[in-house]
Amino acid sequence: MTSDMLQIISESGKALADDDTDLTEDQLVAMYEAMVRTRALDERMIKLQRQGRIGFYVPSTGEEAAQVGSGMVFESKDWLYPSYRVPGLFLMMGASLDDMVANCYGNEADLCLGRQMPVHYAFGKLNIVSISSPIGTHIIQATGTAMAMRMKQNNALTATYFGDGGTSSNDFHSGLNFAGVDKSPVLFICSNNQWAISVPIEKQTASKTIAAKAEAYGMPGVRADGNDVLAVYQVCKQAADRARAGEGPTLIELMTYRRGPHSSSDDPTRYRGNQADEWMERDPILRFRKYLERRDLWSQASEDALQQREKAAVNEAIKRIEKLPPPTLDTMFTDVYAKVPPHLRAQYEELVENEGTGHEADPDAAFPL
Amino acid sequence: MTEITMVQAVNHALRDEMRADDDVVVLGEDVGVNGGVFRCTADLHAEFGDDRVIDTPLSESGIIGAAIGMALYGLRPVPEIQFSDFIWPAFDQITSELAKMRYRSAGQFTCPMVVRTPYGGGIRGGHYHSQSPEAYFTHTPGLVVVVPSTPYDAKGLLRAAIRSEDPVIFLEPKRIYRAPKGEVPDDDYTVEIGKAAVRREGTDFTITCYGAMMPVAMEACEKAAEKGWQGEVLDLRTLLPLDEEALLASVTKTGRMVVLQEAPRFCGFGSELSAIVAEKAVDVLEAPIKRVAGFDVPFPYTLEHVYMPHADRVMHAIDEVMTY
Repeated sequence: MTSDMLQIISESGKALADDDTDLTEDQLVAMYEAMVRTRALDERMIKLQRQGRIGFYVPSTGEEAAQVGSGMVFESKDWLYPSYRVPGLFLMMGASLDDMVANCYGNEADLCLGRQMPVHYAFGKLNIVSISSPIGTHIIQATGTAMAMRMKQNNALTATYFGDGGTSSNDFHSGLNFAGVDKSPVLFICSNNQWAISVPIEKQTASKTIAAKAEAYGMPGVRADGNDVLAVYQVCKQAADRARAGEGPTLIELMTYRRGPHSSSDDPTRYRGNQADEWMERDPILRFRKYLERRDLWSQASEDALQQREKAAVNEAIKRIEKLPPPTLDTMFTDVYAKVPPHLRAQYEELVENEGTGHEADPDAAFPL
Repeated sequence: MTEITMVQAVNHALRDEMRADDDVVVLGEDVGVNGGVFRCTADLHAEFGDDRVIDTPLSESGIIGAAIGMALYGLRPVPEIQFSDFIWPAFDQITSELAKMRYRSAGQFTCPMVVRTPYGGGIRGGHYHSQSPEAYFTHTPGLVVVVPSTPYDAKGLLRAAIRSEDPVIFLEPKRIYRAPKGEVPDDDYTVEIGKAAVRREGTDFTITCYGAMMPVAMEACEKAAEKGWQGEVLDLRTLLPLDEEALLASVTKTGRMVVLQEAPRFCGFGSELSAIVAEKAVDVLEAPIKRVAGFDVPFPYTLEHVYMPHADRVMHAIDEVMTY
């Protein structure tokens, strides 16, 4: 970590620099609650996967500050192109726990109708664009949306999230290059959690920092302690203000650490031993809690109540969602095109004729032609 | 009616759609001030300006990726890939993103756009300015694949494609970009996507074709007529979704089928046509299906004229199916 990295709260929760933020006390408390909610969801979902109740999960444990600090700067007209490791961002932007849980079950309540693996969310009403698995492809798409926003001159912005691994992808390059040339209003937010599955940052790039890459694209690159929610907020707020003022894109590097596995399919002890333990004491939630306690905005009693409330909320959502049936059979053939073309209708009919409809699917149910 | 080339037809379709809809934008390499290396976007920059006719950095994946972001936001982008041989850096964006966006988000997000790209041989362009990539795209659910063969269809199909809610790969046969010219109405018309056209009616055999192979099929039918065999030329125009009804109707009528394409034979689009007829209409066939295609080699430079299917080679296949 270098000296050009913004930090506002020390690991013991002290304000290091000027913490004269524009955030109200209520907002500060809400941010803390959002971080705790994110962890409650992550911890419960990874357990569900271990119990075989959902097929896959990607935890964001230890990266809550990066999600919540950045999530504070967006307005409803903005568009987000997320990675799969930002569940807390979705909750902040208005996704319900039911929607999050349903995505992981992939059942009829899933907004994506079970067409993708868990954690590949899409929230159309929130302008949170559908996530895919290939790394980096969404970065240039975010730039495209931002180019359209610049044309429309509507003061909206786009933000895209990716990890340190994502900065090696083709479309990191094209995304930043196009945005630099176009001066598009886009925030490129890199959660540098130092691991791309098993590959450490040293093997990902020879660049001293990710932020340094911005210079080659003609845009500012800034770094913040990604486990310091106020530092994250400040760098993102400044970048958002620049974007809205027509001053173009910013590359933001948030230094953090992937404390858990890449996904439920990964065992990090195979490649990094117990290294993650060092990062336990840099926990972003604990740090912010100490800060709030120093400012008399938080207490043990409020902590106990919050923990209980958030865990219960996740469990209640699971109870509501888990019992729902899978999507009906016809949904395998819809949404490939705007209208179901004849060859797909024929394949659906042949399937039903040969194999029946299986579960509750109704062959006579309205099949959109 | 005006007699124009396919390049002009494409140009007029873009111009008219841009005049009709402010959300239609063009982007790509050299499409702006220069008007495109084939002149398909000539004069658009002067009329519509920097924001709607965008000279992008040199990155095909960037062009398609940015266009996806624009389309998701509500614009109607028409990206140009300068030669279809250069489209591969964008293959991930096209197959993993563009084709799947509607499906994977259950219709919450869609990205209607038209990816225009010149394809095919016959211009002495070697490996990288000559290939026919249609089968890579017809193998991808979610894409619409269109190949015009006349100026009239190029204009009508491109306008329909720009107005479509689905992503369209629009393959332009550059060998016939400038000749022959064709009559094109000046008024607003479209050609329906998903419908084949019978270019020549016949009773003895069917040739399926598209793009630059359509005139080759026509020429071969003239030669066949000298022997007293009347060929039917079925110009598919849209490869995906395929007009299967028209295909089966024609083969049922003639009982013989020659499949013509300039792309390599193995796993080419014509193989699918052959399989459909074999599965659904084998009882009407009076001879085995015969494919005439490019060879299964990289596209050659000096021997291009030998590689490209020509009327004599098609005539040889016609002979085989007629004398079986």
